[in-house]
Amino acid sequence: MRRPGKTTRRTAATASAALALALGATACGTATGPASGGELSGQTVTVAGVWTGSEQKNFKKVLDAFTAKTGAKTVFVPSGDNVSTFVGSKIEGGNAPDVVMAPQVGVLRQFAKEGWLQPLSDEAAKTAGSSLAPVWKDYGSVDGTYYGLYFKAAHKSTVWYAPQAFAQAGVAAEPKSYADLLKAGRTLADSGRPAFAIAGEDGWTLTDWFENIYLSQAGPQKYDQLAQHKLKWTDDSVVKALTTLGELFKDKQLVAGGAQTALGTDFPSSVEQVFGPEPKAGMVYEGDFVGGIAKDQFGKKLGEDAKFFPFPAVDGGSAPVVSGGDAAVVLKDGKNGKAGMKLLEFLAGPDAAEVWAGAGGFLSPNSKVDLAAYGDDTTRDTAKSLVAAGDSVRFDMSDQAPAAFGGTKGAGEWKLLQDFLRDPSDPQGAAAKLEAEAAKAYGN
Amino acid sequence: MADTLTADSGTADSGTAKSSSTAGTRTARRPADPRRLARRRKRRLAILFVLPALLLLGALVVYPVVFSVGRSLFDADGDRFVGVGNYAAIVHDPATLKAIRNSTIWVVVAPLLLTGLGLMLAVLTEKVRWATAFKLVLFLPMAVSFLAAGIVFRLAYEQDPDRGVLNAVAVGVHDTFDDAAAYPTARIREGQGLTGRAGGPYSTEKGVRTGGSVSLGFVGVAPDAVPAGAKAAAAPAPAADGIAGVVYLDFAPGGAGTPGRVDPGEKGLPGMTVEAVRDGRVAATTTAADDGSFRLTGLADGEYSVRLPAANFAAPYQGVNWLGPALVTPAIIGAYLWVWTGFAMVLIGAGLAAIPRDALEAARMDGAGEGQIFRRITVPLLAPVLTVVFVTLVINVMKVFDLVYIIAPGPVQEEANVLATRMWLVSFGGGNDQGLGSALSVVLLLLVVPAMVFNIRRFRRSGA
Repeated sequence: MRRPGKTTRRTAATASAALALALGATACGTATGPASGGELSGQTVTVAGVWTGSEQKNFKKVLDAFTAKTGAKTVFVPSGDNVSTFVGSKIEGGNAPDVVMAPQVGVLRQFAKEGWLQPLSDEAAKTAGSSLAPVWKDYGSVDGTYYGLYFKAAHKSTVWYAPQAFAQAGVAAEPKSYADLLKAGRTLADSGRPAFAIAGEDGWTLTDWFENIYLSQAGPQKYDQLAQHKLKWTDDSVVKALTTLGELFKDKQLVAGGAQTALGTDFPSSVEQVFGPEPKAGMVYEGDFVGGIAKDQFGKKLGEDAKFFPFPAVDGGSAPVVSGGDAAVVLKDGKNGKAGMKLLEFLAGPDAAEVWAGAGGFLSPNSKVDLAAYGDDTTRDTAKSLVAAGDSVRFDMSDQAPAAFGGTKGAGEWKLLQDFLRDPSDPQGAAAKLEAEAAKAYGN
Repeated sequence: MADTLTADSGTADSGTAKSSSTAGTRTARRPADPRRLARRRKRRLAILFVLPALLLLGALVVYPVVFSVGRSLFDADGDRFVGVGNYAAIVHDPATLKAIRNSTIWVVVAPLLLTGLGLMLAVLTEKVRWATAFKLVLFLPMAVSFLAAGIVFRLAYEQDPDRGVLNAVAVGVHDTFDDAAAYPTARIREGQGLTGRAGGPYSTEKGVRTGGSVSLGFVGVAPDAVPAGAKAAAAPAPAADGIAGVVYLDFAPGGAGTPGRVDPGEKGLPGMTVEAVRDGRVAATTTAADDGSFRLTGLADGEYSVRLPAANFAAPYQGVNWLGPALVTPAIIGAYLWVWTGFAMVLIGAGLAAIPRDALEAARMDGAGEGQIFRRITVPLLAPVLTVVFVTLVINVMKVFDLVYIIAPGPVQEEANVLATRMWLVSFGGGNDQGLGSALSVVLLLLVVPAMVFNIRRFRRSGA
């Protein structure tokens, strides 16, 4: 009788958590800072973004810095997860925010296609041009017009590991190639700790695995072509990358608990398997945000109990840096577009980024940001690696794809890579299925 | 909506007024027929009263249906006419075909099981003392929303026995009868004298002569998975009358040591079963001691192969993979049964109470057994109620959505989809192909129609 009782309690907890979330989401934006006699005093800039919790708190610090500099009042409006629906309805309602932080490149493109965006001012474009690698401009542009300023970036080419597990297994050097990575993984397995925790229940982690391998193995040109579906998924390079990935997936020593368990593991649990109280694996691959979870949820000290190394190069290519980011855009329909553009000019400079860098949980693609501004060495290293990668940075391919292919639970690329994890024996067949789904979603 | 309603009723009013005045002028010319007039006025009044309901029905039911049918003939963006293209896509899309298959399973299995269960429980509860309390408990899940029930069952079906109740039971029962193996993760190092498929059994590559000794190295055992009593492994001294050896963990902390050799710091694997085999027959069996050493004695002279049976390495029982591709639909149907059994039972119970007692008494007097009474009297008399329950459930099952959506994890969502979830996912869950979604909803409508017609016919008959 005790077990059902426990379950009910957990459900109650889940329900109340959901309720708290819902309440939090409906809570309205709050104005910050009194107007002091700056150049924009008396004006209010409204900023919409997906950020909640500590991210929202830290972004507000950036907005406060803007207020202190210019005297403009700032309001942050949480948009909820579906930014495009939110912004669309606000524009219809004649109440558009001035600035939106677009969380994916697809959202930015959609906004530009709808004709909602103002191009960056010359000033903002110039500041950005001097500090951001050109690739960020490309991802911020649609049909040659520069709309989106990348302010916050994610680094999705970091393999996180428990140093104790490496020491126990006697793996001294961080792997520099994919072959080394698998070898280190096997040594780890020999020591009794399976190599990788793979979050197979969340399809997006599998697409990130594939993208890193593909970017390094096939190179950035092919990566771009595949992202736009100018290259077919049945291409040999895709089959080769899937075969390379399958080498890891099919090895029982490398996947903690085997594919079956991996498919029942969601992303937070995969971090728990490495950094939680009962470790079941030695490494987990995902973005820089793994560090945040290891630190906040499992009390690990970054750089000591939780370390990372860059995703290693595959087959002699250069090491991949897959990224993503939030771009600031100015809406045409905002009431204070000019002041909004001033905010973008501010965000393009290093000062804004340094404010958030100090608060933590943030990476800036801006090369002028003082690395000393970051709170800890691990974050500093990720930021350094991101900036150093310069033009070879590529955005998450599945984020660039139509949602039906690259962003839907239980469908498209997510589902097919999950099937591939379950049975990695036929890369050719998997590639064919991926191509069929991609052709349907891209419509080309 | 409210505006149009008042406006319409306004015109209807003035219409009535006008026609009565024309009727008045007509009276002047021709002899009046008051009965016809009254009938006409009555009909007008009826239309007036029905109008609001008709408008509501039109706006909320007829218009969406017509719109969906129209929309289903266009492509995803709604600009290009594709005729029956979307319907052809349904037949060619494996994911949608899976949804149709699942919907069929649902419609066939769930109502039948529910009606059967309801009937059984209704008949049984009639005969127990605490019937009301029992019924109350069975009916309680009806008060739980599908969303909450979904979350509860998602947890109950978890694979990990520490989280999923059902697997906790399954694993608990299994392990009571079958001990878990000592070294489920252990495996051999390739090329160090042992061969065998992953998971065992492993045997020596070369035969071992009596009087010889072997050292059998294993890896893949976590330090905390080695039994507490294990001692440092020692290379065995050869024994004259048999085969001596050591089973040890060929991995020292920090990765030191040479593979294939007993190095300092490497521990024995106590409790490992070792067999000496010749010509496919086991000649001797023993168990390794705390330092991993073993001695196979009582062997006739000759060459043996030393084997470690698979039982040493059997993977621990994982429980049932409820939410895997094969079982996910039955599992969700199970959750649905939990919610709806009470409904079927109470309805059938009510029907049961209305059965004339004298028929049952008469049958009993004539010496019929309980089984006979049930088959020959209770069920036939209950048939109308059973049909109502069955048809209601068929309609309900057709539109099941929440349970499937919540319980099925991402990787198997496609395997669990029914028409309703597929329709929603296609229309709004990423693909945003509302043309195909509309086509699916039309198919769903066509499937529900026969059940509706059947129900309406029945109501008419019982009303007449």
